[in-house]
Amino acid sequence: MENLLNLFVKSVFIENMVFAYFLGMCSFLAVSKSVKTATGLGLAVIFVQVITLPVNYLLEKYLLMDGALAWMGPGFETVDLSFLSFIMFIAVIASMVQLVEMVVEKFAPVLYNQLGIFLPLIAVNCAILGGSLFMQQKAFHTLGEATVYGFGSGFGWFLAIISIAAIREKIQYSQIPAPLRGLGITFIITGLMGLAFMGFMGIKL
Amino acid sequence: MSEGLFSKKNIGLLADPIGSNNPITVQVLGICSALAVTAQLKPAFVMALSVTVVVAFGNVIISLLRNTIPNRIRIIVQLVVIAALVIIVDQFLKAFVYDVSKQLSVFVGLIITNCILMGRLEAFALGNKPWPSFLDGIGNGAGYGLILIIIAFFRELLGSGTLWGYRIIPESWYIANGGFYSNNGMMILPPMALITVGVIIWVQRSRNPKLQEK
Repeated sequence: MENLLNLFVKSVFIENMVFAYFLGMCSFLAVSKSVKTATGLGLAVIFVQVITLPVNYLLEKYLLMDGALAWMGPGFETVDLSFLSFIMFIAVIASMVQLVEMVVEKFAPVLYNQLGIFLPLIAVNCAILGGSLFMQQKAFHTLGEATVYGFGSGFGWFLAIISIAAIREKIQYSQIPAPLRGLGITFIITGLMGLAFMGFMGIKL
Repeated sequence: MSEGLFSKKNIGLLADPIGSNNPITVQVLGICSALAVTAQLKPAFVMALSVTVVVAFGNVIISLLRNTIPNRIRIIVQLVVIAALVIIVDQFLKAFVYDVSKQLSVFVGLIITNCILMGRLEAFALGNKPWPSFLDGIGNGAGYGLILIIIAFFRELLGSGTLWGYRIIPESWYIANGGFYSNNGMMILPPMALITVGVIIWVQRSRNPKLQEK
């Protein structure tokens, strides 16, 4: 239990998807103009992350990893399909996003309307694929760890996009040099926020 | 169509993304996997080359298939084409430049979700012939690579005092050896990549006021 809590704190603050790895930057910059839309996208990312990471974990463990096919009987212990992992992961993500979209549309139309266009766009959000690839690299031991990592990394992304959106709403009233307006200043603010988040790196868990 | 292979329009396709329509600083695409690999020049260069290859050939393949892909499933077709190309690039890097491939770690795989690819496939290859699509891919790859190399140049020079792994700042300048100089360790940290891009955008937009935002 403590282990899972540590993993959560680590994936939210110390290994934050945006500030430590720059994942999901495109939508992070494009959709952070207002807090409301940023919240919608952030929630959608958490949602998809929590669903895709465990699925990809099972795929990795029982299909792709070196020796993962041992359950199929003798002769399969040496099969290594890990070179297929990119295509498998992205297919899972794309189809999960599609599935989630249909389920949400059917059972929670209010939420569906709030998330709107963001749900399909998540398929190409690097934070999602990044989460799966990091999961592969970290070689988690249990399904629980993978799920918690998915929730934590999604939550870290959510936190990041909400804070940048809040800052951008305020900064509209500031006098910024013309060439820096919009994109330029957003990059610099993100950099400064990243520096602040580096402060968490000293924490040993 | 008797247009020359290098007509003015085609040259424009190649040159625009390098400058005034740069994928990173103007279209804001492909920042995701770009910044993390720029602490040193060599991985940045390899990354730029890989993205160029994938975007150029992905563009050509999608452009050839553009009349046969049903509109509803086009995203998944694009993802499959890109993922296949990225697997080839990844295996190639692992075979020939293993140390760089280790350094790039997950970021080679993340080329799949690099927004430049989806952006160019959606916006260009789906509506154009293979040859212009190829040029568009090369141009966008080069524009992306240019920014990557500029960032990596400054980060490696100021952060480690080397370029491409070779020492530029002499050892004897360092404080440890009785000199006056010390590396700026902050340049190696991820946030400085963002600030460097911010400054590049600043310089580009003050030279080209048309790009400024209101």
